[in-house]
Formats: sequence, C-alpha cells, structure tokens
Amino acid sequence: MSNPETPAGSQTAAERGPERELAKGRVVLDAAGIQRATTRIAHEILESQPDVSELVVVAIVRGGEPVAKLVTARLEQLSTRTIPLGALDITLYRDDVVARGVRPMPRPTRMPFSVDGKRVVLVDDVMFTGRTIRAAMDAVLDFGRPASIQVATLVDRGHRELPIKVDFVGKNIPTARAEQVVLRKRADGELEVVVV
Amino acid sequence: MSRLRITGARLLDPASGRDELGSLDVEDGRIVALGREPAGVPDEVFEANGLWLAPGFVDLHTHLREPGQEYKEDIETGTRSAAAGGYTLVCCMANTDPVNDSPAVTEYIQRRARESGNVRVRVIAAATQGLRGEIMSEMAGLAAAGAVAFSDDGSVIMDAAVMRRVLEYARGIGRPVIAHCEDLNLRGAGVVHEGSHATCCGLPGSPGEAETVMVARDLELARLTGAHLHVAHVSAARSVELIREAKTAGVRVTAEVTPHHLFLTDEEIRGYDTNKKMAPPLRTARDREALRQGLADGTLDCIATDHAPHAHYEKDVEFVAAPFGVVGLETSLSIGLELVREDVLSPLALIDRMSTRPARVFGVGGGTLEPGAPADLVLVDPERSYKVEVSGLESRSKNSAFLGRELSGRALRTWVGGRIAFALDEEGSR
Amino acid sequence: MRHLLGIEEMSRDEIERVLETSEAMLEISQREIKRVPTLRGRTVINVFLESSTRTRVSFEIAAKRLSADAINVTRSGSSLSKAETLADMARNLAAMSADVLVVRDSVAGVPHMLAERVRVPVVNAGDGCHEHPTQALLDAFTLRQSLGSLEGRVVAIVGDISHSRVARSDIHCFTKLGAEVRVAAPPTMMPAGIEGMGVKPCYSMAEALPGADVIVMLRIQQERLAGALFPSVREYAGTFGLNARTLALAKPEAIVLHPGPINRGVEIASDIADAEPSRILDQVTNGVAVRMAVLYLLTGGGR
Repeated sequence: MSNPETPAGSQTAAERGPERELAKGRVVLDAAGIQRATTRIAHEILESQPDVSELVVVAIVRGGEPVAKLVTARLEQLSTRTIPLGALDITLYRDDVVARGVRPMPRPTRMPFSVDGKRVVLVDDVMFTGRTIRAAMDAVLDFGRPASIQVATLVDRGHRELPIKVDFVGKNIPTARAEQVVLRKRADGELEVVVV
Repeated sequence: MSRLRITGARLLDPASGRDELGSLDVEDGRIVALGREPAGVPDEVFEANGLWLAPGFVDLHTHLREPGQEYKEDIETGTRSAAAGGYTLVCCMANTDPVNDSPAVTEYIQRRARESGNVRVRVIAAATQGLRGEIMSEMAGLAAAGAVAFSDDGSVIMDAAVMRRVLEYARGIGRPVIAHCEDLNLRGAGVVHEGSHATCCGLPGSPGEAETVMVARDLELARLTGAHLHVAHVSAARSVELIREAKTAGVRVTAEVTPHHLFLTDEEIRGYDTNKKMAPPLRTARDREALRQGLADGTLDCIATDHAPHAHYEKDVEFVAAPFGVVGLETSLSIGLELVREDVLSPLALIDRMSTRPARVFGVGGGTLEPGAPADLVLVDPERSYKVEVSGLESRSKNSAFLGRELSGRALRTWVGGRIAFALDEEGSR
Repeated sequence: MRHLLGIEEMSRDEIERVLETSEAMLEISQREIKRVPTLRGRTVINVFLESSTRTRVSFEIAAKRLSADAINVTRSGSSLSKAETLADMARNLAAMSADVLVVRDSVAGVPHMLAERVRVPVVNAGDGCHEHPTQALLDAFTLRQSLGSLEGRVVAIVGDISHSRVARSDIHCFTKLGAEVRVAAPPTMMPAGIEGMGVKPCYSMAEALPGADVIVMLRIQQERLAGALFPSVREYAGTFGLNARTLALAKPEAIVLHPGPINRGVEIASDIADAEPSRILDQVTNGVAVRMAVLYLLTGGGR
C-alpha cells in the first residue's frame, strides 16, 4: 500500500492476510470493475499520445504494481509493442514524520531503463493527499530527465494536500478523511478495492 | 561517671565464644560488665530489642587518602564512612601523597586522626621508600612513630631479593608485612579477570596466576625469613590452597579477603561499569566459592575492605583508563551477613572475621567484649534493608560496586570508647 | 533498536531487518545519482578516536547518500588531546544537536559509555578488541549474496582472535544466523574461554578448514608478531596463511572474506586475494549499503 497514511511499516492489506479484513469494508470496485478500469486507463494513455515509442510505465511499489501490470499488459495488447515496466519504491523519499522508532522497510527499486527523454507514466492504486506522487516525481527526476511525467491511478479518493493532478483515473470515489481505501487480494486470488 | 546499659541485645563475643541475650554496661569509655544479668545499676538504658551487640569491626586495609588526595577522601570522611559501617578501628595504607615512608608522615596522619577521626586509626607505613620497591623504608623509625605494619600496597615489590630483605628486617622490628601479590608482567595490560567475560567484552585480562605466582613466591620467602606475611585481598582459588598448605606447614602467614570478592564475580564487568574495576579483579564463581570456604575454615583470617575511594570524574572514563578500586566500609557488614544467610559463616564466626581476628592479626587491640576492654561496639540490625545509593554514602567518593543494589543488614549504632560515633534511627536519618 | 553497540545485543530479527534494508540501499549505490533525501537535514558525526580511513570514509559516504551532513572528529584535532574527558566531549557533541554519533576508539566500552550519556543514537564503528558490528553485518550480507541462508553453513575465522573485534562480531552474527563457527589461531592468539561464545577453537588450518563454506581471514598486526605472540611473519604465513594449498582444504566452492586492509603475503597470499573465491571488494561495496541501512534504521525516532 503506497498510501503514506498507512501506519507502521509498509505491510499491505494483502500481506496482513485476507481473513482479518474480510469482516470490514465495503467493496467499491470488484475484480471485473478493476479490469474495466485498467482497460480504460490504457485506452486513455494511448489516446493522449498514440506514439508509444518513448513510453515507460513506472509502478509505485507496492500498491501500484498489480495495477501497473494490468495497464501495461493492456497497452501492449493495444499497441502490439513491448512497453518497459519499472517498479519504484518511494519509502526513502517520503516526507511524513515516521512514528517513533519505527522505520518502514524500503523495498527494492527496479528501473532497468533510462528515463532520459521518456514519457513516464507513474501508476499507483489509490491517489489521496498527493504526497506519494510528489515523492515519486522526486525519485524519477533523480534517475534522469524525462520528457514528461503523467500520473495514472486506479482510484482517486480526493483530499489532496498538494497541487498534484491525476491524468488517468480508473474511478473517483469520494471518501471521508478518516476512512481507508485499500486494494487487496482475496483468498481466491481476485483483486478488489474496499473502503474501511 | 555515667553508666550506660545496653540491654536486650544478642551479645556476640568470639573471643569467649559468648552468643547469648543479655546486657552490657559501659562506663568511662570501657566495658565494665556484661552477661545475662550483669550486676550494677545503670544511669542510662539503651534498649537493643534483640539486635546484635558485637565488638566494633576492625579493617586492616583502608585507603584514607590523606595527606595529598583529600579530593577523594580524607581522614574525617573516611572514618565517618567506617563508623557508618560499624567499624571502630581502621588501618590506613601508605600510598598517600607524599607516600607514608617517613615518621613525619606517620605522625601527621596520627595527629589528623586525633583531630578529626571518627574512629580509631592505625597507620600502615610503606615497606620500601617511595613505594618504588627498591630500598626498604626506615622501619624502626616508622614503628616507633606508631606504624603497625608495612606494605607497598598501591604498588608491588617485584624484586624477590628486595622482598626477602623487607621480610627479614620487618621480622626484626616485629611487624607484619602486607603483600599486594600481583606479578605486573603477567598482569600486563589486564584490567579484568582473564576469562570468557573478558574475551566477550574485548577487555585485556589478567589470569589468576598473576596473583598465585606472587603468593607462592612470598610464602616461600616468609618461610625462609620467619617473618609474618599478611596476604592482602586474596582473590584466586589457588591462592587459598597455597596459604592453607603454608599454614599447615607452620609458615607465619595470615590473609584477608574483600567483601566484593566474596560476593561478586567477573560477570559484573559486562556493561563496562568502572565501579566493578579493582585490583585484583573479580574472578570466577569457582574462585568465589574457594574464598568463602577459606574464610569459613580460617585459611583466610578476616574480611578487609580495601576501601579505595576515587572521584566520580576519575571513574567516568573508558574502562581501561579508569583507576582500580572501590569503596567498601559501609557495605561490608551487609555482605558479611549474606554469608551468614547462606550458611557460610555463623553470626559468631562473622564477628570473628570482621573484628576479633583482624584485631589479633595486627595486635591493634579491640575485637573483644570483656570487662576492662575499651567500649568499641557495634549494634547490628541484620534485617534492616536499604538500597545502596550515592546520596546514602558517607564517604566522599561514591565508587561502590554495589550502587543500586538492595542489601540487608546494617549497623545502627557504633560506639568508640563509649562515645557514639554513628547512629541511625528508625526512619533512616542520622 | 536505539543504538548499534554490538551484535551481541541484537536479536536475529533485528539482524535480518538490517540485511533486508541493505538490499534497497545497495540498489541506490548502483544508480547514476547515488542519493536519496531520507536523512536530509540530519547530522551524522563520525567520532573516530582511533585512526581509520576506510571505515570512516564508508560511513561518510553512507551518510551523504542519505543526504545527511557528515562531520568528522578525529583524535589529533579533537579536544581530547587537550585532556577534555570523553564523557564531556560526547555531551558537547550531543548538545550541538547531532542526530547520530558514529564512534570508533582503540579501547572497549567507549560506545556504551557514550550511549549512556547522550540522547542520540550511537553506532559502534569499532571499540578496541570488543566489537565491530557493521563489519559483521556487511560480512553476513556479502555471504547471503553468494550462499543465501547461513543456516547450517560452516564458517572458519582465522587470525589473531584474541585482539580481533571483527572476530567477536562475526562470531555473534554468524551463530545467530545459524552457522557453525570455528576459530583458528596459534594458542598465543586464542582468547581464554572462547568456547563460551559458542565456537570451536582450532589450532591449525588442517583442523579448521575441512568442510568450511566460508573462510574469514583476519589481518595480522605486525607489531604483535615481532617476537611477542608469534616468532615471525614467515612462520605465521607458513602455518596460518591462506594460500592455494590451505584453501584446498576447504570446500571447493568456499568463499573468502577479509575485513581489510589485507597484508598480501602474510595472512593471505596475493593471488588468493584476487581470485574468484574472494569477496573482498564486494565487502567494501556492501559496507556502504549496510551502513546506510543502519543510519536509516537508527534515525527512525522523531527529533
């Protein structure tokens, strides 16, 4: 879960285990809905710039990874090209004050391509305050000088704290600030998005 | 003449074997009567409520640091500390500044003790000039000035020929020589006992053999010269064995052991607390067991504190750099009582090792409860518990190996010549 | 984990946590811009009272890769040479709002002393003969790259064990990770009671190396050799040196570590130091990553 509001470490809901979460939360996007949403995002990416020769997709570790996989697979289908997919961990770029004594575990970053002159599409699961994307932009700019950076997210739940916009959104879901929006994997392996 | 009766006390007098409930009368600074129901009418009565009344403790090994190092301790604070620990007589070592190798310094110390001492002070003078281990000190002059024994403690007489002559000459003077037995070459850079704890801590160690080779040497020299050798602060099991054999063979040897060696082991150095650093170092549980056994069977004649005050800032440095030594006058009794609780010594035997025997070893007087003897007394509450804290210590320096520890048993009253030198009341105020 | 004073106090979980964090840190060191903003605005003070270039530089690079400011305090330039006590110097440094103190000294117990007296995290960069925890952690990290888990592996540590802080830290670290550790040295360099640390003391290469998956060679200090603990360099190299002949005693796929700097021709033959089994240069690379991980994990608490 790349939502910086998540407490104590970056263990995702999927890691915590489906059993504990099943009791709580209302499903706002089921597996079929996720398929539709990622397909539409892929279409929109192609519509805004049909030339994919410089396109690279960068997933925000970890929540953005399953979404980015789906989007990239669809992009490759539609464009019949291979699209480079990287994974960017932004733990070390976070700007939030960490709870005393607890440091979240940084995961490996895999960017096996240069970003110089590329059109970078950052992909995350839930867009909230915008701080994650700001950190991701800092990180991408440390890797080189992209031609442009755009942001795709499966769910936009509002409550922006920074002037970050989403270019491609799967679904807008208004939420109360105290609620949590989680992309998780069910026991049967299907993905779903719940509001807790 | 006011007659004080201490009544309802458990009278402990190792010299006579007395261990009974009774009363003891003091008049004009002396014991005038004692027993289950002594004759005579007292003017003043002190109710002891079953607490122990024993001859005041005698410490054969204290560092009073005066002259020259009064910032650590002086005769007044050191003897105040002694009184708080139930001691009525302490013998002070010669490694002062200047070294006590001249009658002038001996006389100075004795005068200062008359002026400011809270308990009786006897002087141990240097065995060699300047404690340099080369030329013997003016023992006749020092003895005439009042020295009761000679010692280079604080240093070591490494040259066997020098030690031999020192023993011979001292025999002629009729005084014992106290040996700090440590081969400085074997010790090397060692600051703790050489063993698994030193290894784990990465601290240089000194093996027990650094002590035992010197004990062996000095016992041989004592046999050769017929002098009275007193082995200071025995710490190693093998040393106890050697002393036992020597005593059996008729060598004139006596020995002492410190409370910290009787209670703590080298496990204490984990954590690099410099208040666990002393020479000789704390050794293993096996050594501790042998020391307890030796004290019980009399191989080790007495408990002696080796009270060695150091200023806080001197000890607040890297472990290897800190000076060796800990204070001990105020906690000695509590540790002794631990031995009673663990059946190593009976109460009477403890008093013997803390009072009667040390007095006899150096011939300094005291150590008995008998009519005519000076009223040097200690009232012991064996159950009174307390936490050893900086604020609770009388000594100017607070480098105790027992800081923070809960101990049980302390002196509630100490009388020197019938005068109260220390009093602790029920709530703990003095 | 408030301080890193030694491996002895670390749990297996804490060790694993450092190693796992080091993976991400290693990746940063492989980027073009080797920097993340994580410790921006924090100050790391390297208090190196025993001279060392390699370890100090490694910590400095680690701090800078995390965007921290790194300040170096060494003995000759320090107030200690003006007889200020260590305790006072530490208090002064902490009062200057240092966020981390990295401490190396030639005597044991100094990092512990400082940790008791200051309110900031303290990292032991080597205290006398006691411990050098980041070395052991980077050694374990390096072994993982080649071997995966250390569970059940045999590690032989060869050299002046009695004076080696690397040996002590390695022993703690590898045994906690499940390895069987042997130490090899002439008797004069084997410390008393070493079995108490859970290792088997050996007095020859023939005794220590058969079956070994890992050989850790320790640097021999020439001063100790000159007649005191061992008669000569030639005799030491001949009996405890790692060369083609002695390397062959270990498993064929055994790997070789050395904390550095190496004495070519003394404890390790020149050709072996550069051969395939040697991971010496990996150790140096990994050292920066592991130290980054340590600085990151210890500065977790807010100001």
